[in-house]
Amino acid sequence: MEPRVGVFVCHCGTNIAGVVDVARVAEAARTWANVVHAEDYKFMCSDPGQAMVKQAILRHKIDRVVVAACSPRMHEATFRKACAEAGLNPYLFEMANIREHCSWVHEDKQAATLKAIDIVRMAVAKARLLEPLETRSVKVEPKALVVGGGVAGIQAALNLANAGIKVVMVERQQSIGGRMAQLDKTFPTLDCSACILTPKMVQVAQHPNVTLYTCAEVEEVSGYVGNFDVTIRRKATYVDPDVCTACGICLEKCPKKTTSEFEEGLTTRKAVYRLFPQAVPGKPVVDRESCTYFVNGKCKVCERFCEPKAFRWDDTDKVVHERVGAILVATGYDLYDASALGQWGYGRFPDVITGIEFERLNNATGPTGGRILKKDGTEPKSVAILHCVGSRDRNYKEYCSRVCCMYSLKFAHLLREKTAATVWNFYIDMRCFGKGYEEFYNRLLHEGVKFVRGKAAYVTDQPANDDEKGRLVVSAEATTLGEVLRVPVDMVILASAVTPQPDAPAVARRFGMSLSPDGFFMEKHPKLEPFSTATDGVYLAGACQGPKDIPDAVAHGAAAASTAMALISRGEVEVEAATAQVTEGACSGCKVCQDICPYAAIGFDGPKKVATINPSLCKGCGTCVATCPSSAIVGRHFTDQQVLAQISALFAG
Amino acid sequence: MADKKLQFAIYWAASCGGCDVAILDVNEKILDIAAAADIRLWPVAMDFKYKDVEGWADGEIDVCLFNGAVRNSEQLHLARLLRRKCKVMVAFGACACFGGIPGLANLHDRKSIFEAVYGYTASTVNPEGTTPQPHLKVPEGELTLPVFFDDVYSLSQVIPVEYYVPGCPPTPDTIMTAVTAIVTGSLPPPGATVASDKSVCHDCKRKKSDKPTIKRFHRPFEIVPDPEQCLLEQGFTCMGSASRGGCGALCPAVNMPCRGCYGPMPGSLDPGADALAAMTSILAASDDATVAAETARLLDPLGTFYRFTLPVSVLGRAPKAS
Ligand SMILES: Cc1cc2nc3c(=O)[nH]c(=O)nc-3n(C[C@H](O)[C@H](O)[C@H](O)COP(=O)(O)OP(=O)(O)OC[C@H]3O[C@@H](n4cnc5c(N)ncnc54)[C@H](O)[C@@H]3O)c2cc1C
Ligand code: SF4
Ligand code: SF4
Repeated sequence: MEPRVGVFVCHCGTNIAGVVDVARVAEAARTWANVVHAEDYKFMCSDPGQAMVKQAILRHKIDRVVVAACSPRMHEATFRKACAEAGLNPYLFEMANIREHCSWVHEDKQAATLKAIDIVRMAVAKARLLEPLETRSVKVEPKALVVGGGVAGIQAALNLANAGIKVVMVERQQSIGGRMAQLDKTFPTLDCSACILTPKMVQVAQHPNVTLYTCAEVEEVSGYVGNFDVTIRRKATYVDPDVCTACGICLEKCPKKTTSEFEEGLTTRKAVYRLFPQAVPGKPVVDRESCTYFVNGKCKVCERFCEPKAFRWDDTDKVVHERVGAILVATGYDLYDASALGQWGYGRFPDVITGIEFERLNNATGPTGGRILKKDGTEPKSVAILHCVGSRDRNYKEYCSRVCCMYSLKFAHLLREKTAATVWNFYIDMRCFGKGYEEFYNRLLHEGVKFVRGKAAYVTDQPANDDEKGRLVVSAEATTLGEVLRVPVDMVILASAVTPQPDAPAVARRFGMSLSPDGFFMEKHPKLEPFSTATDGVYLAGACQGPKDIPDAVAHGAAAASTAMALISRGEVEVEAATAQVTEGACSGCKVCQDICPYAAIGFDGPKKVATINPSLCKGCGTCVATCPSSAIVGRHFTDQQVLAQISALFAG
Repeated sequence: MADKKLQFAIYWAASCGGCDVAILDVNEKILDIAAAADIRLWPVAMDFKYKDVEGWADGEIDVCLFNGAVRNSEQLHLARLLRRKCKVMVAFGACACFGGIPGLANLHDRKSIFEAVYGYTASTVNPEGTTPQPHLKVPEGELTLPVFFDDVYSLSQVIPVEYYVPGCPPTPDTIMTAVTAIVTGSLPPPGATVASDKSVCHDCKRKKSDKPTIKRFHRPFEIVPDPEQCLLEQGFTCMGSASRGGCGALCPAVNMPCRGCYGPMPGSLDPGADALAAMTSILAASDDATVAAETARLLDPLGTFYRFTLPVSVLGRAPKAS
């Protein structure tokens, strides 16, 4: 039977109709073979628009539907559903993108209309050859994996666990808490970071629905939405957590010191350690790299004092397998290595420090017990805070790090509160966009802080006059005054840029994600789905998607959790039906395809000597279709015949 | 059938003559063919004149085995004429089926071919620069030569064809399978190819690893192949996986990479692209520089991957100068 094609051309308000003569497109379509109905309408995706499609299917016995509108990423699902509701197999629908591919990128109305007609003619050519496909559902494992135990991951895990969903949390450090655990006070309310974070850390660790793996990393992920198989490597800790009582005597007795990563290298920790006093879990672990026993073969001082006998020197890495339905990636951020920004003197001048170091100086459990001191142990009389170090700068990171202005104001306040120092803030623009942030800035304007609108060019120790001798001099152009300032100070704090984690590319590959140009994980849609990724069932939480302050990271984590929850409580998911299929009769078992599938969907049937494709894993990407030398793999919904028909239709105009 | 002998015609167009010799290669079985059929036309073996063919009634001949591609007006004329006279038309051999080696002339056109052949090849001596002309007036009258086309065609590109017997040349087994089917009246439905539906790899006895990779491309003379392992994995541009089987994988059995003479796999649109995509997909190279260096070792990719199939592939031919 000849196919009966219906064509629906959308105005998208003026988005399309402003450039493309939509009525003419519909008129052209009416003249093509097999097109039995064509019309145009203001908003095809609206309820009346969808109703038009459904009615036309019934009234004109249409069995192939073409909607010429926006990108299939926006509304393919909408129209597939409308077709299904009118009794038509959803795969007998084809979308022609005349918005992103046409009206939005052209100005010449005449030419754009002709192009739109070409695009629709191609879609009709493909539609004639479309075949119905059966969608399949798979069960969703009612368990979620949260990778990274910063505040975003903690919030996500708590929301999921409180909803009755089992959660596996993997954190690579000794303790959860992330960067927020390093902070002292938090803007704009100045509440103590640990006071608001530690209860959540304890809550998540003690939650009956949460399994927490620290000192652990995800090594491998296979499977698909609803059914991911995850391999987790738990690093050997040499302390049996079931026996250890966390008394901490080993921390006192261990004679070996090494730099403390948590204290940003400002002080040391022991070879047996916990990240910070309120670490969760609280049981210490042995750092093999610095432990004298592992380096020299003798010591074990800790063991002598350990009453419950918790040390296990033969401990090895353990590999754990978990099957989860959803994955939430919450791996947070890193900070720009300030020593790579030579002009600001970090690494050369001891009293040029980073923001995160300042957080530790300011913290009661930090290296100075909370006193803001220079390296020589004296209080600074004058401090400069430099905004946008490495941010908003084409030479380093083009984006705004979004938290620096606010924490720089916080630092200024804390300095004024705790010391008698004069405080200078060098900024480009003051970005105080959150709730209560502008108010915080206004408050600071009355606290005697000196604000200079201008980015600091460099920091030097070369004096130009007596006043500058023995001090650090910040040079900046004060743009409001139109003059270059030299400001001698005793301490410089660099608000260095928030950057992606150095292993973000590897992590992206492991979880099937991609990176945005800024290097952070790419979301599915920048506005409407900032918490999803292009891989179904993999979600993003917190600063791993882009710089975020705590309220945003928490909200993002909660949003990711609720999306994962929706997936899990639905219980099953439809998997893509437009998958690749092996024509067994044509496959001669050459095995060329075996290793090329990016989703590991291809296997081999030994007895039959043919390749097999797991339809649940296949995403229909077509890599194997192109690779198969024997033309034995068909990409359903994108068959050679369909694609060729489209190409021929393009040149038939 | 039993009382009346089958009427056969065998014709050659743009071909090397190998296909005709291949028919003789069936050895003593040729006598069985002669017993079952009258061979009414076979220019390579018997004398005949065009007017003999023109004199036949339409459909008088049962089967025509047509070998060679079509690249001039005489071949086209004969193809059309024989089509009228014969009930069943068989494209015999790679050139008739897919254009074959002569089909590689589609990388050029008449002008550039004449310039080379009558102009500057190493063996050309042509000080007057004479080139073939379709018409030439001489005192005795007008001499004519067939018109040479810009394109080389496969047989089915110029006339309807019922069956395809591929190969360069078809193996004796393939020929006997085809002839037996004709003689016993057990021909498959029209459009069929008398060969396997699986690729050469299916019949190849070489060992394939589970995840094949190519580290470096080699030409057959460069290294001595391992006699057991798949040639493709050893870096030879073996066309086996992209080529229809039926030959019995004779070439790989004697250390010679498959050249793809049985043509594309069923359903394939472009065997050259199929093979090229497969080989480059399994190339074990992780950076652009290595990829470039290794693929640069694929000399004459067109001649390798489209050796027999250029006219029937999606590529078809190189763009014409004009
Ligand atoms: C100097 C400074 C001051 C700040 N002050 C404030 C403030 O006052 N108020 C405010 O709102 N915000 C502030 N911020 C921002 C705040 O730090 C972030 O909003 C918050 O930490 C983001 O949380 P997160 O969970 O997304 O990421 P993170 O805190 O970075 O947590 C990520 C976690 O994931 C773990 N991880 C990473 N990779 C892996 C892996 N592959 N496998 C397993 N685990 C992994 C990490 O170890 C870490 O525990 C400040 C930031 C800085 C730099
Ligand atoms: S063995 Fe020695 S160095 Fe190692 S953790 Fe124990 S006390 Fe410290
Ligand atoms: S590629 Fe060539 S050598 Fe390898 S299995 Fe196929 S035919 Fe045999």
